[in-house]
Amino acid sequence: MIYINTFFSEIYKIIFLLLPVLVSVALVVWLDRRVWAFVQKRKGPNVVGPFGILQTLADALKFIFKEIIIPASANKIIFILAPIITLTLALIAWAVIPFSNEMVLANINVGILYLFAISTLSVYGIIMGGWASNSKYPFLGAIRSAAQMISYEVSIGIIIINVLLCVGSLNLNKIVLAQENVWFIFPLFPMFVVFFISSLAETNRPPFDLPEAESELVAGYQTEYSGMMYAMFWLGEYANILLLCALGSILFLGGWLSPIDIYPFNLVPGAIWMILKILGLFILFSLVKAIVPRYRFDQLMRLGWKIFLPLSLIWVVLTASFLFFLDMLPITG
Amino acid sequence: MKISRIIKTIFMADFVAGLTLAIKIIFKKKKTINYPFEKGKISPRFRGEHALRRYPNGEERCIACKLCEAVCPAQAITIESEIRDDGSRKTTRYDIDMLKCIYCGLCEESCPVDAIVQGPNFEFGTETREELYYNKQKLLENGDRWETVLAENIKADSPFR
Repeated sequence: MIYINTFFSEIYKIIFLLLPVLVSVALVVWLDRRVWAFVQKRKGPNVVGPFGILQTLADALKFIFKEIIIPASANKIIFILAPIITLTLALIAWAVIPFSNEMVLANINVGILYLFAISTLSVYGIIMGGWASNSKYPFLGAIRSAAQMISYEVSIGIIIINVLLCVGSLNLNKIVLAQENVWFIFPLFPMFVVFFISSLAETNRPPFDLPEAESELVAGYQTEYSGMMYAMFWLGEYANILLLCALGSILFLGGWLSPIDIYPFNLVPGAIWMILKILGLFILFSLVKAIVPRYRFDQLMRLGWKIFLPLSLIWVVLTASFLFFLDMLPITG
Repeated sequence: MKISRIIKTIFMADFVAGLTLAIKIIFKKKKTINYPFEKGKISPRFRGEHALRRYPNGEERCIACKLCEAVCPAQAITIESEIRDDGSRKTTRYDIDMLKCIYCGLCEESCPVDAIVQGPNFEFGTETREELYYNKQKLLENGDRWETVLAENIKADSPFR
């Protein structure tokens, strides 16, 4: 009996996490388009609902009623599996994101490793989609995407090591709590910049949207997809972007901590601070989309391997020696 | 590379400048026209939907000279005429195939009596092709509906003709 109770309480918890995530993905797509339009002195979607806030809902409804076309030469099973994997991986990563000291679905001790593993796996959805389509552009897009995501994951991993050196724990809540005195963005600012740019590349956002560069590859790995399957790719993509924004705010912006620990601010629940920080990072994401032109592929690879990787490695050495010689290494028990 | 260039690259000066510009522009007034509710300005020379005009006393202007029919590069105009009892020559049939028409404005240009004109209306889309085969009645109706605007436009454009 007790097992059934725990089972259902877990299910409720999962639903209470997933529904807000999915709704916020829909809202964030609208926000993205609005910010993009505003930078270009346009109005953006403003017709459906107040300020056009329901635009994504209308789009989703249209996607649902569209026919799902599977190319005759496609590998059907993998073709169908690819968007499912993308969306699932983007959603299960949210399990370890803490919204406050208690508001976390799975407070596991290797939270950051789990997140890293999941975000690495998400390249599989794209490769499978590109390969199973059995068509030129999706295949090229998938290859590009695989190369790009792997190269930038390396530097993201090393940046995470920087933060871990200062914290001494892989638990996401402990990482947040270690920033009570000072957010890591201040001592590790260059690493925050590198992390931000790498997460742009990791999520295939402009200026690193080469896998779906519409002027050369139609829509990259999504070319052959239609209807709800396309929408799943799209949901997964935005869920991933939000996830990396959340990761960025946990690692560098103090997660659910309030910016200043004084009276009116520390009464605001941590979840709200967390959401505000994620939104702030996301708006930066969409601003970058609006102002930066697309990189060439060799520039992208050069930036990843020749600049970011050495830079973050040097910074690991710097951080480690700084902490070691000033005797500031975190005590682990 | 120059040293100033290197420093600029390291501190991402160009990126920061672009970002501040973008943030400034976000708060500027938007250029979008809320189309069905707001419309942009149209020049008096705008070549939109055709219309056949009348004289103020209600008589048709068209004298069936067939210059428009002759000049029409798409051969969209068909005219048949008769001599009326009062000795004036008038059209019995004036058809424009709006699907053939390329909206070049030569018919308006060639008309000696300003009868056939292209008005400011561009929202005459229909759901069937047949509705776009305009006959004399439809064109005259257009003329009656748009007469004030048409007269104004012709007057505004006359110094340049």
